[in-house]
Amino acid sequence: MPPHPETWLKPTPSGLYCVPGDFYIDPMRPVPRAIITHGHSDHARPGHTQVLATPETLAIMRVRMGEERAGASQQALPYGETLKVGDVSVTLVPAGHVLGSAQVVMDYHGSRAVVSGDYKRQPDPTCLPFEPMRCDVFVTEATFGLPVFRHPPPEGEIGKLLRSHALFPERTHVVGSYSLGKSQRLIAMLRQAGYEAPIYLHGAHANLCALYETLGVRLGDLRPATSAQKAQMKGAMVLAPPSAVGERWGRRLEDPVVAQASGWMRIRQRAKASGIELPLIISDHADWDDLLATIKQTQAPEIWVTHGSEEALIRACALMQIRARALSLVGYGEDIEE
Amino acid sequence: MRAFAELLERLLFAPGRNTKISLLRAYFATQPDPARGYALAAIAGALDFPGAKSATLRELTGKRVDSELFDLSYDFVGDLAETIALIWPAHGDDPPALPEVIDALRNAKRPEIPALIEGWLDRSGPSTRLALVKLLTGGLRVGASLRLAKLALAEMGLVEVNEIEEIWHGLEPPYAGLFAWAEGKGERPTPGAAPVFRPVMLAHPIEPPDIDRIDWSAFRAEQKFDGIRVQIVATREEKRLYSRAAEDISAAFPDILEAVNFHAVLDGELLVIRDGGIAPFSDLQQRLNRKTTTPAMLRDLPAGIVLYDMLFDEAEDIRPLPFDERRTRLEAWFAREKPANMRLSPLIDFKTIHDLAELREAAREAASEGLMLKRGDAPYIAGRPKGLWWKWKRAPLSLDAVLMYAQRGHGKRSSFYSDYTFGVWNEEGELVPVAKAYSGYTDEELNFIDRWIRNHTINRFGPVREVEKELVFELGFDAAQLSTRHKSGVALRFPRILRLRTDKPAAEADRLESVKRLII
Repeated sequence: MPPHPETWLKPTPSGLYCVPGDFYIDPMRPVPRAIITHGHSDHARPGHTQVLATPETLAIMRVRMGEERAGASQQALPYGETLKVGDVSVTLVPAGHVLGSAQVVMDYHGSRAVVSGDYKRQPDPTCLPFEPMRCDVFVTEATFGLPVFRHPPPEGEIGKLLRSHALFPERTHVVGSYSLGKSQRLIAMLRQAGYEAPIYLHGAHANLCALYETLGVRLGDLRPATSAQKAQMKGAMVLAPPSAVGERWGRRLEDPVVAQASGWMRIRQRAKASGIELPLIISDHADWDDLLATIKQTQAPEIWVTHGSEEALIRACALMQIRARALSLVGYGEDIEE
Repeated sequence: MRAFAELLERLLFAPGRNTKISLLRAYFATQPDPARGYALAAIAGALDFPGAKSATLRELTGKRVDSELFDLSYDFVGDLAETIALIWPAHGDDPPALPEVIDALRNAKRPEIPALIEGWLDRSGPSTRLALVKLLTGGLRVGASLRLAKLALAEMGLVEVNEIEEIWHGLEPPYAGLFAWAEGKGERPTPGAAPVFRPVMLAHPIEPPDIDRIDWSAFRAEQKFDGIRVQIVATREEKRLYSRAAEDISAAFPDILEAVNFHAVLDGELLVIRDGGIAPFSDLQQRLNRKTTTPAMLRDLPAGIVLYDMLFDEAEDIRPLPFDERRTRLEAWFAREKPANMRLSPLIDFKTIHDLAELREAAREAASEGLMLKRGDAPYIAGRPKGLWWKWKRAPLSLDAVLMYAQRGHGKRSSFYSDYTFGVWNEEGELVPVAKAYSGYTDEELNFIDRWIRNHTINRFGPVREVEKELVFELGFDAAQLSTRHKSGVALRFPRILRLRTDKPAAEADRLESVKRLII
């Protein structure tokens, strides 16, 4: 009988710990050995001794936190290759969340657990699509784990942005977007939709966009918003972190249409309270239907939920007669302007 | 339905009036009849579907969604219509067209309606479902008034918004004739004998240089009453009471309508008149924005009208006549009809403008807002024509208040803390909010205040910042009135910032007792 994953994969205050591999996945505090699912700051934290991740995630971590803080020793594991860590075979599989994002597949004596990290199932021109893996325990996120969250097709939301741009050609359209992943995805989708004009970037976005380009994601004509003249950006498309738009930085914009690209934009009061004029429901997380579809595809008899709206997802698993429990890991989903 | 849903969503989030007008205009210009007409009707609140209430929708949802999941979701979303629209478990991509929904509901028998709605919800995606649910339950609250929709229509073509106002109440959804006319493809629809609203004539405020520049001997003076401007439209068959914005407010004022047994169009001020005296505006406020009324309200807050102009005498349009002649007609008519609950606005005798200056100062005691000055030879012209009617409001009251909270503005002000809540000291030595103000500062002052707020924030509640209680402003306002809504028990009318008082310590700002003494 293969050992049940609960005997070898344990939630701890530092994060999820794999006992026979002696490593943590996305730990909250510095540890000797860490596997990092993706480069967002609540998952990729600085100061670990050994770090294992996809080459793209490592590159992102180096840009965001510097060579030193990204891990004293960094080991790249490309998608699909298997590495023995202690007694555990580790494979990284695309999660479709952002460039380099991976699910961690762990095989131990015939028992398999998969940690999803953050993931989505919608198409994203900047990263490889999620691959569902059969497993005994699937550890899933639940950021949008309520049945009210169903993201519309992203092309439609990009269409909304372009229609607004056509309707208000004099106004600067500024899209609040997270600097890693969301911004590059928005740019790539705008390009796919035929928008080839220059796109202006807040400083926080520039480095990561440059990195994406070196990693082979084409983003077109990008320019710094910080040094641009106000008149130049009249009627232009600008990307900035959501927090910057309402701050003094936003004054360089000409009568802006303030948009924000996030799954939370689905809830109108939420969008309205943050002063958004054009909410775009574009998310890098799985929505409710995709969470349930993914759970079914893994055929896992047991689901562990890391963070988000655990209660509703566990209830939905119960209705599908799948065992489910909350891991109550603290620290994820914080300070993420999804 | 998809375009309608997108319009509603954009209107809800659009910050400014011009943005909303642009959105409406683009929608009207690109959508076919009768869809755009029904959209206009929805905004006008002219559609009602008795068989489709939120209880029906809740029940339908209950059959399709686990109740525990529904409750968790409702807790999170906070709005029932939105929760239903979002949680509905289907992924339709073939939403019904707006006219299809309207026609089906009009022709359906009541028991058939739930199944119809269920089918439409299945065929729609979340955004369209939300528009559908809001449309069915009548809770559109799109953040755009009918007036804006009319302005958008006027902008679409070369018609005047006043011309639209004048025929509006004679039109029925889906307004095909109206759209054709606005687009220059048809004749202006004629309202026939319907009791339609006639656009009102408005006054300019008198600025100090005007006082000596203008020959006031050609003018007639009246009090400026502190109520709301209304128009009574009565034919032999029908009667209506309209607000200045062309809203039909008949249902809220049966006591007025009861006294209308004549054929005329009259211009006047709606007030609460008790025992012959004009009650403060706050009394009238309790009767506004209601669909119905109660016997107690009719007894305690009886409405009356002070008449000041006549637009139609029976079917005769007397708007081209000079004011003096219209006044003579009004007086003769009044003597003949003696309508209950109505009185004439008295003309005030004066020789020079300086006689009036004194009266204006005394206006507060007379429960009026100041004076109106109208040229004796002026016809009744819709809009705000130059030099014919003037309003001379009494000087504003003022007080010194302390900035308590600030919120960011919209559009050009979206990165500035430009909306403020001000407080004064109560007897316990606490600051209590008395007013919100958004205007009255220069760009330079706004820069200063914004910077000050960012450096003196002590708390954040979502978009609102609480600041240190240090910065004093002199606020101007027209009147103080009792309010049950505010903790202070006081509300100010038309508050605006007169100046920044950086010289004044917060402790020396005004006290609540002194504000309460100003309540009329």
